[in-house]
Amino acid sequence: MENDISKTILRVAGIIINELKLEDVTPETFEPDLDLVDEVGVDSMDLATVALVLRDEYGIRIDEDDYPKLTTVRIIAEYINNKLSNDD
Amino acid sequence: MKTVSSLLDEHWYERYKKISKLNIRSSIYDVTNRCNLRCKGCFFFSSGEHEAAVEENDIDRWHDFIEKEMARGVNLAILIGGEPTLCLDRIEAFYRRLPTFCATNGLIKVPRDRFPNMMVGLSLWGDAEDEKILRGRDTFKISSKNYEGDPYTYYLYTITPKQLGKTERNIKKIADVGLKVHMQLLSNDEGVDGFSWQPPELIDIRAEMDDMLDKYPQTVISSRYYHEIITTGRMLGRPFGWLECPSVTEPLDNRNPRPKRLTNFIRWASDLKTMHRCCTSETRDCSTCKDGAAHMSWVMVNKRGHIKTAKDLQNWIEVYEMFAKLYQFIPW
Ligand code: SF4
Ligand code: SF4
Repeated sequence: MENDISKTILRVAGIIINELKLEDVTPETFEPDLDLVDEVGVDSMDLATVALVLRDEYGIRIDEDDYPKLTTVRIIAEYINNKLSNDD
Repeated sequence: MKTVSSLLDEHWYERYKKISKLNIRSSIYDVTNRCNLRCKGCFFFSSGEHEAAVEENDIDRWHDFIEKEMARGVNLAILIGGEPTLCLDRIEAFYRRLPTFCATNGLIKVPRDRFPNMMVGLSLWGDAEDEKILRGRDTFKISSKNYEGDPYTYYLYTITPKQLGKTERNIKKIADVGLKVHMQLLSNDEGVDGFSWQPPELIDIRAEMDDMLDKYPQTVISSRYYHEIITTGRMLGRPFGWLECPSVTEPLDNRNPRPKRLTNFIRWASDLKTMHRCCTSETRDCSTCKDGAAHMSWVMVNKRGHIKTAKDLQNWIEVYEMFAKLYQFIPW
């Protein structure tokens, strides 16, 4: 489980870096508890873009109402893993 | 990676914290199609928007409509027209439920016993001479008497090219009646001779606006970065216009790719059914649009783009603070 979440964190960080074209950061150096909204300036349009990629990659739908809760890479990763395990 | 806290010192970080969670969701409402003036260059009449819809006269429908707007997430109602003060019961329907801003020409005084702390923006189009040419009368004379010293009122001073070198007189007049002022630029929608901006005039007016902000910091609600953006029409190396405008009515926004934009923003006509294209004239040429609110919002929705250098982020904070002050989300 610990391993699962670490993997998802790295993947989510990679997607965010790629989609939002963030500079000077890699999935490995991305601080998973950094507040994406307050510290990186991610907004709901950014989240919608990221959500589309996550949907394609993990086959899960991220509800727009959930966007305000998804404030860090770790929270997004946990959200994905929860959805995936609920689908099992 | 650049983050907010890596770019800001303690003072700026505190300022940032005060606005970072505000999450303002505005929409604009034409309260009525009627007005007690007919200004040359008024976008509402010049674009025929006053005839786009038949006014809803049933006040119960206004109440129901506003409830639905709140359910849509709107937390700031910006009332325009026509002249909203011709329909106080409609204004009250908003004010009872939502943070409300009312734009008015100030000829009719909003009764403060009914609307104790509603933010009021008084339109002003220059000095008495300009006002007489463009609006048929010197509205300042009346509006300043009606609102003198009112802590919830400010002037929305639309600067025309004829005001070059004269803005201080107006700012001083406003300071003398104990009010604040926010400056914007005329878009001259009806092409009145001599009232369209030429590039050298925009350079000069920017310097003058900066000067007014420095000289009258207690009176002028503005920021240098806003002056830069509105006079150059450029931000972060990109030109303002249709492809970038944040203030397009969301259900009518078919731009692809979609730029950063105001979430859930709609400008409603007074039938409460018809939507207008954007926060200003349906027929305005976006490449010459000088709409102040659209330029401010353009900065605000592009937060991530400003997390590059300390100066960029401070500029963003100042514009956000200006907007939050103008709509009473933070104190003056
Ligand atoms: S007062 Fe305002 S609404 Fe009325 S005509 Fe003038 S600009 Fe238009
Ligand atoms: S006229 Fe101005 S506010 Fe309206 S869509 Fe064009 S740029 Fe935006």
